[in-house]
Amino acid sequence: MPRRLPRPKLAIERFTLPNGLRVVLNPDRSAPVVGIAVYYDVGFRSEPEGRTGFAHLFEHLMFQGSVSLDKGEADRLIEGNGGMMNGSTHPDFTVYVSQLPSNALELGLYLEADRMRGARLTAENLRNQIDVVKEEINVNVNNRPYGGFPWIDLPPVMFTTFNNAHNGYGSFVDLEAATVEDAEDFFHRYYAPGNAVLAVAGDLEPAATRELIERHFGGIKSRRVPPLPDLHEPPPEGERRARKTDPLAPMPALAVAWRVPDPVGETDEFLATVILADVLAGGEASRLYQRLIKTDRLAADVGGSMGAFGDPFEMRDPTILQVLAWHPGVPADDVIGAVDDEIDKVAAGVGPDEVERVVASMVSGHFRQLDNVLQRAMVVGMFEQQRHHAELVNELPALVAAIGADRVAGAAERWLRGTGRAVLEVVPGGEG
Amino acid sequence: MATKTGPYPLPSVGRPRPVRLPAVGDRTLPNGLRVLVARRPGIPRFEARLVVPIARADGGDGARMRVLTETVLSGTPRYSSKEIAEELQGMGGALGSYADAEQLIIGGSSLSLDRRPFLSLFGHVLREATFPPSEVAIERERIVQEIALLRAQPSVVANDALVGRLYGRHPYGRGTPEPESVARVQPAALRKLHAARVRPAGSLLVLAGDLEVDATMAAAAEAFGPWEAGGGQSDLPAPQITTPPSFLVVDRPGAVQTNVRLGGPALARTDPDYPALALAVTVYSGYFTSRLNDNIREQKGYTYGAHSRIEHRRMASQITVSADVGREVTAAALVEVFYELGRMVSLPVSQAELDAARRYVQGTLAMGIQTQSGLTSYLGSLVAAGLPVSYLREYPAALERVGVNDVLAAAHRYLGPSQLTTVLVGDAATVVPAVEPLGPVQVRSSL
Repeated sequence: MPRRLPRPKLAIERFTLPNGLRVVLNPDRSAPVVGIAVYYDVGFRSEPEGRTGFAHLFEHLMFQGSVSLDKGEADRLIEGNGGMMNGSTHPDFTVYVSQLPSNALELGLYLEADRMRGARLTAENLRNQIDVVKEEINVNVNNRPYGGFPWIDLPPVMFTTFNNAHNGYGSFVDLEAATVEDAEDFFHRYYAPGNAVLAVAGDLEPAATRELIERHFGGIKSRRVPPLPDLHEPPPEGERRARKTDPLAPMPALAVAWRVPDPVGETDEFLATVILADVLAGGEASRLYQRLIKTDRLAADVGGSMGAFGDPFEMRDPTILQVLAWHPGVPADDVIGAVDDEIDKVAAGVGPDEVERVVASMVSGHFRQLDNVLQRAMVVGMFEQQRHHAELVNELPALVAAIGADRVAGAAERWLRGTGRAVLEVVPGGEG
Repeated sequence: MATKTGPYPLPSVGRPRPVRLPAVGDRTLPNGLRVLVARRPGIPRFEARLVVPIARADGGDGARMRVLTETVLSGTPRYSSKEIAEELQGMGGALGSYADAEQLIIGGSSLSLDRRPFLSLFGHVLREATFPPSEVAIERERIVQEIALLRAQPSVVANDALVGRLYGRHPYGRGTPEPESVARVQPAALRKLHAARVRPAGSLLVLAGDLEVDATMAAAAEAFGPWEAGGGQSDLPAPQITTPPSFLVVDRPGAVQTNVRLGGPALARTDPDYPALALAVTVYSGYFTSRLNDNIREQKGYTYGAHSRIEHRRMASQITVSADVGREVTAAALVEVFYELGRMVSLPVSQAELDAARRYVQGTLAMGIQTQSGLTSYLGSLVAAGLPVSYLREYPAALERVGVNDVLAAAHRYLGPSQLTTVLVGDAATVVPAVEPLGPVQVRSSL
């Protein structure tokens, strides 16, 4: 007897400006705060060969001044009015975010509009941000154990095309080769208003906010929207395996990944694999945590997720389900054998109670994301950007609850047993 | 660029709408546990934090505390660790614990719908922890492995080295525990520690979220009332903070970056001059548009980011400045770190800088406590430190009264290069010769 779980009831309003900019609003006046997220449909899976890391570098350049403002001015205006801002580059989008006291809503919209009008792309700013990005990569990849594991290391094992397989942080050689002309072309091609979604959540009045958005964004000229990159490739046949040596790693680790259904085109089957990922590796009640850590004591830690970046819904097809394990003193194949064994058991049938628990946990986690006004703008904006369907934010709990245990077991059979996979081993030692 | 016809005029920013603070229920149970309940609806969940002052002056090593932290939720006479995990999962909930040098903190959350069974399970698991030998054996081994992982992380190495330098043998100076000591911890020692220290007197439970205050208070009293009395506030002495003038270089051969850390004493939040110091630290490198971040990131490209913060422990507050900089620019970055400190202590900040820092601190505090988890954590850390709930209202008002001369005076007392000690974790072969002309250097190998 499945329980009735709470459902979100976010107010969603949407409109499109004549220049093609898509807008979603989520008014909620409970606190005097607004969150603004602008998604551009360009990520590192859009980068051309020879320019690895360019989408991310370009995101940095978009903080170096805009049509009306010098470098640093926008940041000063936001922080100096009690807000905060950031940007991040993902496989399939780049997003610029700010969170502000609601009295600064118009300022936040103005700043995003000015960014969309154009960046101040100079050789000096480019040089500076190449250096900053290299230090970012040093912090997150080169100077720490398991840096880039698995988000940089796994795609070249899993995928064969440049778009899907390459390193989204970029090589230092490619970063150094970037020019101001590249940046101008990149802006012109990908930062058209029609290639963007603006999401605003929080303490706002919809009609007045629409007017502000029309005032500030309406004058930006429409440009051609670029076609989406062709990411299609067949799933691996059999097992693709690679090893990486990590001189800073104190123990061996591995990642196993499988292709999953098209998140947008086959939503229900995709959701079955999202539940499956949590049945296998979602927290301490999960199959693999109990088996690998508690029962067989093969691993020090395990993890698992959908997609490369942790959010199941942020990637288009092709995307993955991945399982990770850190396994000191145990051969990788022993761990993989136990993982396979658990997958076999799930495919043979999974109890409705277990799936119900996982669904309660997913629904609760979904609500948790909606607590913060900026995260709410981001979730709503991402669903609109990826699926033209911000309302998924309200529908998701019911959709997940309707999947059922049989379909989860079936998903294990179809996607984790019926297709090939990628295995990446991280081996301690060596010279990097 | 394509549409460059600006500049476009900046819109004006009106006055902020006042922040509404939640009503907070506040009650101390007969066994000494203080319970705060704050209603923050919006999403149908709530958050919980239990803060237990576990440290004592007569020792108890870090290893035992560490194993207790990882095993305190792992079994009772009624439930195995797996059953606890499954129960929580079914409530859309979680429980997890961590500890610092003086407190055990158990955090959790669940759907509001399950507030009663959640609180009941939480109380039961905490009171009746049995420390099953199999769980202790598994977690001991995992902690030893985790210590190996932590010590491979330069940020952890740097923090361990910094607190060691500041606090010496005081418990605040303990970094990551020794794996050998962890491996020796036995279930009986944990049961003893649990019986003596994991007790309600001096402890604090904060619950915030979509909750009715009175009903939740009653449910909390029911779940935690049976917790056997005992315990008490930590009696750690105040540490003697030392800030040796030499650079401590911790060698990580071949490291491509140097982790620069500066640390020194700071004012407690109860000090009338604290708001001025907090704003001085913010102007220096407490936010993105701060002086140091602007200098060494946005102007010079030496780092991905420079940060500073004030951390509060019960008996000491600490300023920490941090930046991970390219190996080859270590000395150049240090010069800027000291240059900006020198400016802070010898010249007043501008009124515009002060106003921006003030609005930033006020604004981010207001935004931080809008979420259930932010409110719960913030109330937990404030009240466990002995501050009143009204601090949420008083602190922004106190920030409002700070002037540029107050900032200069506070900086003068705490931000001088001679008032902070410096740790550099990096490739000693490159770093030592580069920084030697700047001051005396001490070198240590990485653990």
